Amino acid sequence: MKNISDKRKLRNLQGIILLRIIIAANIFFLFLFLAMIFLKGYKVLSLSFLFEFPRQHMTEGGIFPAIIGTLLLTVISVIIAMPLGISGSIFLSEYARPQWLVKIIRLAINTLAGVPSIVYGLFGMAFFVYFLRFNVSILAGGCTLAVLILPIIINAGEEAIKTVPTDIREASYALGATKRETIIKIVLPSALPGILTGVILSIGRAAGETAPILFTAGTFYMIGLPGSLFDKCMALPYQIYALMTEGTHPEKQHPIAYGTAIVLLVLIFIINFTAVLLRYKIRRNRRW
Amino acid sequence: MVDVLVENLNLWFGNAHILKNIRLDIYDNKVTALIGPSGCGKSTLIRCFNRMNDFIENVKIEGRILIDNEDIYNEKSDVFDLRSRVGMVFQKPNPFPKSIYENLVYGLKIKGIKKKSVLEERAEKSLKQAGLWIEVKDRLHSSAFSLSGGQQQRLCIARALATEPEILLLDEPTSALDPKSSNKIEELLLELKNSVTIIIVTHNFSQAGRVSDYTAFLYLGEIVEYGKTDKLFTVPKDKRTEEFLTGRFG
Repeated sequence: MKNISDKRKLRNLQGIILLRIIIAANIFFLFLFLAMIFLKGYKVLSLSFLFEFPRQHMTEGGIFPAIIGTLLLTVISVIIAMPLGISGSIFLSEYARPQWLVKIIRLAINTLAGVPSIVYGLFGMAFFVYFLRFNVSILAGGCTLAVLILPIIINAGEEAIKTVPTDIREASYALGATKRETIIKIVLPSALPGILTGVILSIGRAAGETAPILFTAGTFYMIGLPGSLFDKCMALPYQIYALMTEGTHPEKQHPIAYGTAIVLLVLIFIINFTAVLLRYKIRRNRRW
Repeated sequence: MVDVLVENLNLWFGNAHILKNIRLDIYDNKVTALIGPSGCGKSTLIRCFNRMNDFIENVKIEGRILIDNEDIYNEKSDVFDLRSRVGMVFQKPNPFPKSIYENLVYGLKIKGIKKKSVLEERAEKSLKQAGLWIEVKDRLHSSAFSLSGGQQQRLCIARALATEPEILLLDEPTSALDPKSSNKIEELLLELKNSVTIIIVTHNFSQAGRVSDYTAFLYLGEIVEYGKTDKLFTVPKDKRTEEFLTGRFG
């Protein structure tokens, strides 16, 4: 008897040790990753790197227009995708009938979420750039990114709406509220933390994508800021790609690419951290 | 006086015949208890009075429920108006994730009442009716979740009373509460019946004995026996009622 129980304890211990090793490996690779990027790029970092225009074919100067371009693209994509995505998730979880149709729509959304981002780029070029005649512009790029993040927002919204307990909906109906009033006054405020988390995470995604803006918005080198939404723009991820593949002076341009990557990472980290903070703040006075 | 009249009510969920030929007269300013074993249809029946069964797919309802001589299942009947005249309190306290005050005025705001003085006055009145005023008057704007379970349930009662309903439905209102909070709610019901007609579903027949004037015993979707509570409890006419009350099933 004792033997068997000892054996089980040993196996338990083995499992715990194995898990610890795996976690340690994970953390090791994360640090390795951050260290590599940082070591290769930290030399170029400075305030002027953030706020100056590039000079001498991107071999000197800063990345200011790329930061502005990424911010513009992200803001536009979210302005377009947020209302569409939230209304879509409300429709799917509250109104869409019959069930088989909902299943088909959901399948379509999940497929859309799994499409490689370069395909979004091709779609954006065909539809926004040529068909709608936006040309290669901030608007076309923002729209393409909006299509890319739409499924993320819809899925997060639906999940968030699903977690709103039935009993507070019933309480609302029992007080004479209509479905619309119940959704606006009870369901949406309760689902807000989850919806916002989805939106903010999708901002991070939009800010980091290269392929969708490759043919729709991006340009490698600009000496000024874009004048309107119909101009091209620089963007952080696109700039990294361009510097690493098309650069003429790799010894000067590679460090700039790594420096840009650090800026992009910090930006996305800030966005995700805001999401966590916001959710925490809203959830603090809720309990169920 | 008869306030609510149930006539030949039949209800199906899909093919399942849940309520069978229910006939019931519910009297003004009295407490009527619906008792019976689990699955007998008592919760389904109470949800007929404010049409909360409308949300269930494949539900079929026949027969009539008259409130003030008006059939609430009539096509012309306004279900949203009905629900502000027939308040409901649920099994588990279910305050909105809002402040105490916002919980109270929710039903009034929906009816279009915007005047702050009216809202505040009604909030205070309903809190007093629910015996909660003294406990919360200094923190009306803190979260409803800061209250204890029993207080939350009394807040839900106050919330239902704020629209000044004629009828108050309670679906096992104390089953999620500790005995002390349950007692408080039972005492409250005895006071409230002076101003509102009360229908209560309870799993606990000693509770029915304490709070109700009339009791209906439901079994397998039928009303086996209905009458004055003291009579039904002391000299039940039907054998099944007696067996239920002596704890042989349920």
